[in-house]
Amino acid sequence: MRLIINKIVLLLSTLAAILGLVFLFWILITLTIKGISAINLHIFTNDLVNNGLRNLLVGQFVLAFIAVIIGVPIGMVAGIYLQEYSFGNKYAEFIRNLSDVMMSAPSIVIGTFVYAIIVSPVGHMNGWAGAIALAIMMIPIVVRTTDDMLGLVPKELREAGVAIGAPKYKVIFDIVIKAAKVGIMTGLLLAFARIVGETAPLLFTSGNSEYFTLNLNHEFPSLTVAIYTLATMPDKSLVDIAWAGAFLLTLFVLIINLLGRFVIKEKKK
Amino acid sequence: MEAFFKRLSALSATTILLILTSIFVVLFLYAKPAIEAYGLKFLVDPRWDVVITPQKATSAPKKTENLGGVNVDNEDDIPTVNIPKQNQKINVQEDDLGDIPTPASTTKVNTQDDDLAGVNVQEEDLGISAPTQNTQPQKQKVIYGGLVPIVGTILSTALAMIFAVPIAMGIAIFLSEIAPPFISKPVGIAIELLAAIPSIIYGMWGLFYFGPFISHIFGGGSVSLLVAGLVLGIMIIPFMASLTRDSMKTTPDVLKESAYAMGATKFEVIKDVIFPYAKKGIIGSMILALGRALGETMAVAFVIGGVFTFPHKLTDPTVSIPVVLANNFAESSGMSLSALFYLALILFVISFIVISFAKFYFLRDKK
Repeated sequence: MRLIINKIVLLLSTLAAILGLVFLFWILITLTIKGISAINLHIFTNDLVNNGLRNLLVGQFVLAFIAVIIGVPIGMVAGIYLQEYSFGNKYAEFIRNLSDVMMSAPSIVIGTFVYAIIVSPVGHMNGWAGAIALAIMMIPIVVRTTDDMLGLVPKELREAGVAIGAPKYKVIFDIVIKAAKVGIMTGLLLAFARIVGETAPLLFTSGNSEYFTLNLNHEFPSLTVAIYTLATMPDKSLVDIAWAGAFLLTLFVLIINLLGRFVIKEKKK
Repeated sequence: MEAFFKRLSALSATTILLILTSIFVVLFLYAKPAIEAYGLKFLVDPRWDVVITPQKATSAPKKTENLGGVNVDNEDDIPTVNIPKQNQKINVQEDDLGDIPTPASTTKVNTQDDDLAGVNVQEEDLGISAPTQNTQPQKQKVIYGGLVPIVGTILSTALAMIFAVPIAMGIAIFLSEIAPPFISKPVGIAIELLAAIPSIIYGMWGLFYFGPFISHIFGGGSVSLLVAGLVLGIMIIPFMASLTRDSMKTTPDVLKESAYAMGATKFEVIKDVIFPYAKKGIIGSMILALGRALGETMAVAFVIGGVFTFPHKLTDPTVSIPVVLANNFAESSGMSLSALFYLALILFVISFIVISFAKFYFLRDKK
């Protein structure tokens, strides 16, 4: 009897695993088929107004890059504080937990927050608001990565630095961060991959634009927001563009993730 | 320089605290008009964007009389819907109010009868009911209540969890205990990669492939609570599975081996050794996934339908808090915007509590 139950349970869990994987690969396969059939040179050289994706791709990257420029310094320095300056006090522990909680905060709520502090006073949606919303999403991820990666650096390295009379910030920048460089870079790459696919914080902060623009003071083109609007259009050619955009986005995110994984593996060797 | 950098780093760490508190404060400030106008009743009021005219408006045009009929017939109930131009449908909804799956909604709805007795209720058809408004401009009041999206959020998340937990557990058990390394390694990596796919992709797939598939099997439209719950479930499966697998892997081999040495079957080892050992981690990861599902916007926005009605069947469309925000935010102003901020605040508080609970109670000693 025990053996039969054992067999049944193992079979069930294998079936559950297969079912889950079937769904997940179903998504990937339809995405690939739909995406590849919709991709052609036209969408890379034209803007949305001419049924292309050029302005959207550029816009999404610009937003994500500005988010990196804003979010990474704050997040990294905060991570350095948690690992190097706090000496395990209660406040640092509190901030660490808070940052973890913030990492899972609903992204749409961050969108509403940025709407309230930026879009509403300015009066219209603009690119800066979108970039700031993404930066707010990114900060806790960067904090976590920096914190974890600096924690892996052996204490002896720091002690060696302090022993030859280097001030603490020099030890941190020239020794600790150098030692943890690969890990931190990988973490930043993954954080970038995560925010580049975000839609909800952009919906009413940066909005969307049909034209090519690099002016962040106005509504800014965004690939994900465009996918959301295009996919619900009745026009089939627009839906195809949305599929092409979705495919490119997923491809990019997966490649970055694979790259990060590869780098971590190389480092472990 | 040293002191400066130390100060700077402490400041950056405080930024996190600052951002979180200012999210609370700002959301609260913007939600304040709505909070003052509706108070906690907002949480249990199923009407969204419904115009209420006081009884004096008897001289109002024909339309009002029609709706007066609705009022007399159903004095004990509150119209719930803002589907335009379908008075018949409203009656149906009202009669069915008793069947709403959540007990809270039925009981609480009844408490509001007194407020509504003797009040004409009328739907605002996105401005089409303007003639009536013009006759009695200052006597009318637009009512916002958040019950429908709150119930929709809870139901879709619950469905997602019911669907995702067994499958994610199955995947985790399969990966950590059953599959040989040459299968579990690539499959594990694939699962982790799938967790990184942007949620909008899941939503789009749900709209074009999964929704029609489900409506083919279970009936109903291709956008419904059921589809939303399942898409949400599929979306959190990879996340939950990889976290669960990680915490199952923390079980020391020695424990497992001693159980096997006693003649235990694989199932018994999983049930009596691994689960008790990794219990906190597993439950914690489930709650984290729950928190993710609660706040998910894009995967749900495509497939839940976005209408302010209670789902009477699983295959009915409804709406959830993030979807209300995503769809209505850009066009709102004044009181409706404030009501949306109120909803956002509710969502933020719920997910904050859920996530902190998972973090502080279950995942604390993981470090």
